[in-house]
Amino acid sequence: MAQPNDRPGPPPGPAFSLGSLWYDEAVRGVIIQILVLAGVFATVAWMVANVVANYAILDKTFGFDFLWLPANYDINQTLIEYTNRDTHLRAAVVGLINTGLVAFLGIILATVLGFLVGIFRLSENWLVSRLAYCYVEFTRNTPVLLLILLWHGIFINTLPHPRQAMTVGGATFLTNRGFYVPKPVFESGFEWVALTLAAAIVGAVLVHRHVRRVREATGRQLPGGWISAALIVGLPGLAFAAVGASLSFDVPELRGFNFRGGLYLTPELVALTWALAFYTSGFIAENVRAGILAVDKGQIEASQALGLPRGRVLRLVILPQSLRVIVPPLTSQYLDLTKNSSLAIAIGYVDLVGTLGGITLNQTGREIECMMLVLLVYLAISLSISVFMNWYNRHVRLVER
Amino acid sequence: MKSSIRAFSVGLAAMVLLAASLASAGTLDDVRKRGHLICGINTGLVGFAAPDDKGVWKGFDVDVCRAVAAAVFGDANKLKYKHLTGKTRFTALRSAEIDMLSRNTTWTFSRDVDLQLTFVGVNYYDGQGFMAPKKLGVKSAKDLAGASVCIQTGTTTELNLADFFRANNMKYEPVPIETNTEARTNYLAGRCDVYTTDRSGLAATRAATDNPDAHVVLPEIISKEPLGPLVRHGDDQWADIVRWSLNAMIAAEEMGVTSKNVKAMASKENKNKEINRLLGVEELQGRERLGLSKDWAVNLIAQVGNYGEVFETHLGTKTPIGLARGLNAQWTDGGLLYAPPFR
Repeated sequence: MAQPNDRPGPPPGPAFSLGSLWYDEAVRGVIIQILVLAGVFATVAWMVANVVANYAILDKTFGFDFLWLPANYDINQTLIEYTNRDTHLRAAVVGLINTGLVAFLGIILATVLGFLVGIFRLSENWLVSRLAYCYVEFTRNTPVLLLILLWHGIFINTLPHPRQAMTVGGATFLTNRGFYVPKPVFESGFEWVALTLAAAIVGAVLVHRHVRRVREATGRQLPGGWISAALIVGLPGLAFAAVGASLSFDVPELRGFNFRGGLYLTPELVALTWALAFYTSGFIAENVRAGILAVDKGQIEASQALGLPRGRVLRLVILPQSLRVIVPPLTSQYLDLTKNSSLAIAIGYVDLVGTLGGITLNQTGREIECMMLVLLVYLAISLSISVFMNWYNRHVRLVER
Repeated sequence: MKSSIRAFSVGLAAMVLLAASLASAGTLDDVRKRGHLICGINTGLVGFAAPDDKGVWKGFDVDVCRAVAAAVFGDANKLKYKHLTGKTRFTALRSAEIDMLSRNTTWTFSRDVDLQLTFVGVNYYDGQGFMAPKKLGVKSAKDLAGASVCIQTGTTTELNLADFFRANNMKYEPVPIETNTEARTNYLAGRCDVYTTDRSGLAATRAATDNPDAHVVLPEIISKEPLGPLVRHGDDQWADIVRWSLNAMIAAEEMGVTSKNVKAMASKENKNKEINRLLGVEELQGRERLGLSKDWAVNLIAQVGNYGEVFETHLGTKTPIGLARGLNAQWTDGGLLYAPPFR
C-alpha cells in the first residue's frame, strides 16, 4: 500500500504505517484536537457521574423547589420590598440588586478616578505626576480584599457613634453606622419638571448636532456648550418655579438608637464601593496613560500648530484617538470590578453571594444548586457588560474613510 | 463567547470537585486507617474552642472531639482540627472533609431531616440572648426597636432574630458577620448596638473583652438552642460511637467516676454494676460491634474527664466565663442531663 506523498515537506516514506500519520501536520492537528476534546468530555462526564453517584449515596435530590420556600431571614439593605416572609428567590433578587448597585456605582467612580489619575500621571507638574504614580502603584499592588477590610475598618473605627454624628450643614450625617443624607421627596407637579428636563436634553442634543454641522461646513465654533447648559438647567428650573414646591427633602434625624428618615447608606456599601473603585482606578489609570501615549506625537503637535487650546487638544484630538486603545482593556477592568464585588461578604454587605450563595445555601443545604445559580448570574452580568462595551468599542474604533 | 464558555466549564468543574470526595459508609475504618480523627470546631470562641497561650486548642467542644479520639484510639491526642464558620460547617461535614462536628451547633428539625445530619445528643442546653454596652441603658430586649444588631450569619440565631422582631412588631438593622471574632470587633467598634448569639457565646465573648463589666447580657432568652455534636447520615456505627462517647462523659459524672478515680475503679469490682459495664470490668453487650476496645471509656474518662470536670475547667464559675450549671446540671440535681443507661 505504498502511497506517494504529494504534500511538500516530509520526504515520502518507504511504506505507509499508522505512525507516519503523525508526521503529517494536518492529520496530526486533527488527531490532537480529537484527543483533547475526548479528554474534556471524559472529565466532564466523570465529574457529573461523580455528583450523581454521591447524591444517590447522600439520598439528596437535585432541584430548585427550595427557591419558593420562605427565606426567614432579614436583609439590611433592600432596594425592593422585602420581609423575612418572602421567598428565597426574592431574597436572591434583593442580593442581585445589591450586587448590581455596588458594581454600577463602583464602575462610575473607578472610571472617573482612573481617567483623572491617568491624565495626572502624564502631567508636566512633577508633584502631580509623582502623586499619581504613588497612587497607581499602591492601588495596583495591594490585594483588593485587604483594601475592602481596610476601608471598612477605617469607617467603623474612626467615624463617631450616631449620638455624636459628624454633620454637614445639619442635614447630612456621617456616623460609624453609615451615611445619612436628605432624601428628595417628589410631590405632585414634579412630573412637569421631569418632562421639561427630558425635553431640554433632547434640545441639547439637537444644538450639539447643529453646532457640529456649522463647524464642519464653515469652521466656525458656536458656543454650543453654554447653550446646552442653559437649556438643561434653565428649562426645568423655570418649570420648577412655575408649579411651585413640588420637591421637598426628608431630612434624617436622630431617634432612639439610630437616625430615621433620609437616605441611608450603610458603611458596608460605602466601604465596598470605595474600595473597589480605589483598587480598579489604579489599573484604569494605567490603561488611560497607555492610551494617551499611543496617540502619535505628531497629532498633538499638529493641533498645537493649529492654535487649539490645551483643553480642546485633549478633548478633541487626544481622547477620541486614545479611546480606541483604552476601551478594550477597560472592559476587563469593569468585569473584574463586578466579580470582585463578590468579596462583599467579608464585611457583611449582603450581595448575591451573601443571600443565595450564603444564607440561603446554608439554611437549605443546596450547595450545588445555589452555586450554579450564582455562577450563571455572574456569567450573565459579565456577558452583558461585555456586549455593551463591545458595542461602545465599535462606536469609538477607527473608522476608515 | 468561546472564552466565557470555557470559563464557565472550569467553574462547573471546580464546583463538582467540591462535592466529589464524599462519604463512604465505613467512617471508623477510614479514621483508623488515617491514624487520627478530624473534628470540625469553631474558629474561636473562648471556653468552647480557643487556643491557649501555647497555641493548643482547648475548650468544651474540643473535649468532645478528644473524648471520641480517646474512645477510638485510646489516645485523646490522635486528633486534627478543622476550623469552620457557621456557614462552612455543614458542607464540610457532608462532603466528608471532617468525621464529626463539635461546634456549638443547634439541633433543629431541618438540619436533622433536610440536611441529613445526625445529632448524637446535647452537650449544652442554651438559648439565644442579647448583649449590649452598659452605657446604652437598655434593660430589656423589648427596648431594642430600631437597633443595629450584629449576628453571625448561617446560624439559627439569624432566623430567631427575624422571628423575635417580627413577633414584637419592631424594626431593626441586621449586620451579618462571618465569625465570632469579627462580630466582637464590629460590636466593640460600635457598628451595632447589640450583639446576639447563644447566651453561652455571649458570656464567652463578654469575658474576652477588655472590660467585661462594661457590657450586660439582657434577661430575655428568645429561643431554645440545644447544642451538640453531630455526624452525617448513613453511618450508624460511627454515629453510635460519637453518641456513646458523649453519654459516657455524662454517665460518668452521674455515677461519680472522675479522671482521678477511674483507673482505681476499673481495676476492681464495683457495687454499681453499671460502672462495671461502663469501665469494662463486666462485659457490655454489643461493644465489639462498635469496634471499641474493652477499656475505651476508661481511656476517655482518664484523658478527658467526665462531663462535670470538663464543664468546670472550661465554662464553670471559676473560669472567666463564669457560667452556672443551670439547665446543664445532671437530672438528679434538677438539670436536663440524663444519659441513657449502659446496659
